[in-house]
Amino acid sequence: MASHHFDHVDRSGSVSGPPSAGDYIFDRGFRGVAWLSAVFILALVVYIVIEIGGKALPAFSEYGFGFLTSTTWNVQTGQFGILPEIWGTLYSSLLALIIGGVFGVAIAIFLTQDFLHGHLAAVFRTIIELLAAIPSVVYGLWGIYVLIPLLRPVANWLHGEFGFVPFFGTSLSGPGLGPAALVLAIMILPTVASISVDALHQVPYKVKEAAYGMGTTRWEAILKVMLPTAGSGILAALVLGFGRALGETMALAMLIGNSNQISLSLFSPANTLAALLASSFPEAGPVEVRALMYAALVLLAITLIVNAIGLAVMKFATRKFEAER
Amino acid sequence: MNATAEMTAAGAASASAPTGAIVMNCQIDKVFYGDFLAVRASTVPIEKNKITGFIGPSGCGKSTVLRSLNRMNDLIPIFRFEGKVTYHGQDIYDRKVDPVVVRRYIGMVFQQPNPFAMSIYDNVAFGLRLNGFKGNLDERVEKALKGAACWNEVKDKLKNSGLSLSGGQQQRLCIARAIATEPDVLLMDEPCSALDPIATRRVEELMLELKEKYTIALVTHNMQQATRVADTTAFFGVDISQGSRTGYLVEMGPTRQIFEDPQEKLTGEYVRGEFS
Ligand SMILES: Nc1ncnc2c1ncn2[C@@H]1O[C@H](COP(=O)(O)OP(=O)(O)O)[C@@H](O)[C@H]1O
Ligand SMILES: [Mg+2]
Repeated sequence: MASHHFDHVDRSGSVSGPPSAGDYIFDRGFRGVAWLSAVFILALVVYIVIEIGGKALPAFSEYGFGFLTSTTWNVQTGQFGILPEIWGTLYSSLLALIIGGVFGVAIAIFLTQDFLHGHLAAVFRTIIELLAAIPSVVYGLWGIYVLIPLLRPVANWLHGEFGFVPFFGTSLSGPGLGPAALVLAIMILPTVASISVDALHQVPYKVKEAAYGMGTTRWEAILKVMLPTAGSGILAALVLGFGRALGETMALAMLIGNSNQISLSLFSPANTLAALLASSFPEAGPVEVRALMYAALVLLAITLIVNAIGLAVMKFATRKFEAER
Repeated sequence: MNATAEMTAAGAASASAPTGAIVMNCQIDKVFYGDFLAVRASTVPIEKNKITGFIGPSGCGKSTVLRSLNRMNDLIPIFRFEGKVTYHGQDIYDRKVDPVVVRRYIGMVFQQPNPFAMSIYDNVAFGLRLNGFKGNLDERVEKALKGAACWNEVKDKLKNSGLSLSGGQQQRLCIARAIATEPDVLLMDEPCSALDPIATRRVEELMLELKEKYTIALVTHNMQQATRVADTTAFFGVDISQGSRTGYLVEMGPTRQIFEDPQEKLTGEYVRGEFS
């Protein structure tokens, strides 16, 4: 921090002067608080990893990496494996990402590219963001009482007519991957939509003018200029949405069927790591708890890896084409 | 395109009759932003292969008039145009005319350089691809960049982002992007206002070269620039007598006449720098 205040310059009669000591103290204090918060968050993450890692260690030394590839979860025989849960977590989240991503980005385009009057767009955006305020358990109930009965005839018709397609390989008897993924898609919609809206809003007006000035139609402007320019922000929206889908617990525990199977079928019951943790913890004995801790560590690792990949991709995209704004 | 330029009588009271072929004739009756009357009755003919300069104090509607020439103002919801802009005899504000088509023939270079967040090559190729150009893309990109006098500076980094260039280079890239499809008319809205004097000089030289092939309408805040490059100059003023600020064409004529022997008192005061 500068300590030289040009005291030898005759400033009599001028209002120009250095910032006050208070300004410097505030700046220093703020910086300190910011650093402290950053360090605290980092420490918290490290602490959580260590804590869960420590609790998972006994299970890890017992089951090793076979835990990740085994498909049984049997408390009586003491056999534990989470491959179906890993599969179910990734599959349901990916489906949710595809559905929620497409709709989320489409909504963002709809709200930002002059399809709606400004006021109406703001109202719509608020409504979509309100979706994030609905408790997970309410989504679960809605899924059970509304969505599944609604989907069942359609699903069973699809299975009857197109049963040879792996995605429709089973019938839908109740909870299952498809309804779970749909609800998950709705749950990540606000995240994807509102971050994409921000990303599209950040595209400078002059870029939009440039696009229309070249004689693009509205859709050419959107697809060839606006979306690529907002690309890294939209990517961030998708990564955050995916991260949210990976960790979503309650609604999935209610809707996915909690069944240890690996199937491509959208209508088959399945399980996810988060749902496994939520539904098994309450009644778990000490042996199972250790296995569950291991599963929790795996979930944590998956989430961290996905976010790291997302950040890396975003950084790459940004470095390439967004020299300045 | 098959351009059949037609002679149209210049309608503005004080504009002296143009000598060349008229590519565009802008006959404004009223231009509104919402309830605000921004520009009133003005007729601005744009001659072929000439640079028509628009000068006047800020807020007099230079940009508004220029952007009416390719319907750029349609992007602004509250904008309303009353009058006619004929382009080779066709009114571009006719309901049957798609503004997208208008903008493909009448290109635009903006005040702020606005390259797309893509490579230099893709920036220049943008319009070509947009128009479904099937020929040799590399060749046309090179030609456009040479035409915009920036080929030598960028030929070794065509894959770099257009945003990695300096302001002056970005503006010439934008000019290259605009001329790549060889539009008929080029509209330039203070293209040098964000540039340093050297870059400004290069862009001015470029305009003089470009007018051999294109027709240019140029808004400039810089009267020296108008005297250096414009063949015809249109001077716009602001009428504050109605309690509002309404722009209008005061006088239009050969640049030399506007600066040396203006017919209107207001023009003389402005070009002598007595107000701005
Ligand atoms: N998008 C807009 N919305 C409302 N008023 C505008 C808009 N653009 C320009 N105006 C008004 O129209 C008048 C003319 O503006 P403009 O054409 O930009 O002038 P110039 O380019 O000569 O400085 C000004 O009074 C300005 O405030
Ligand atoms: Mg202007």
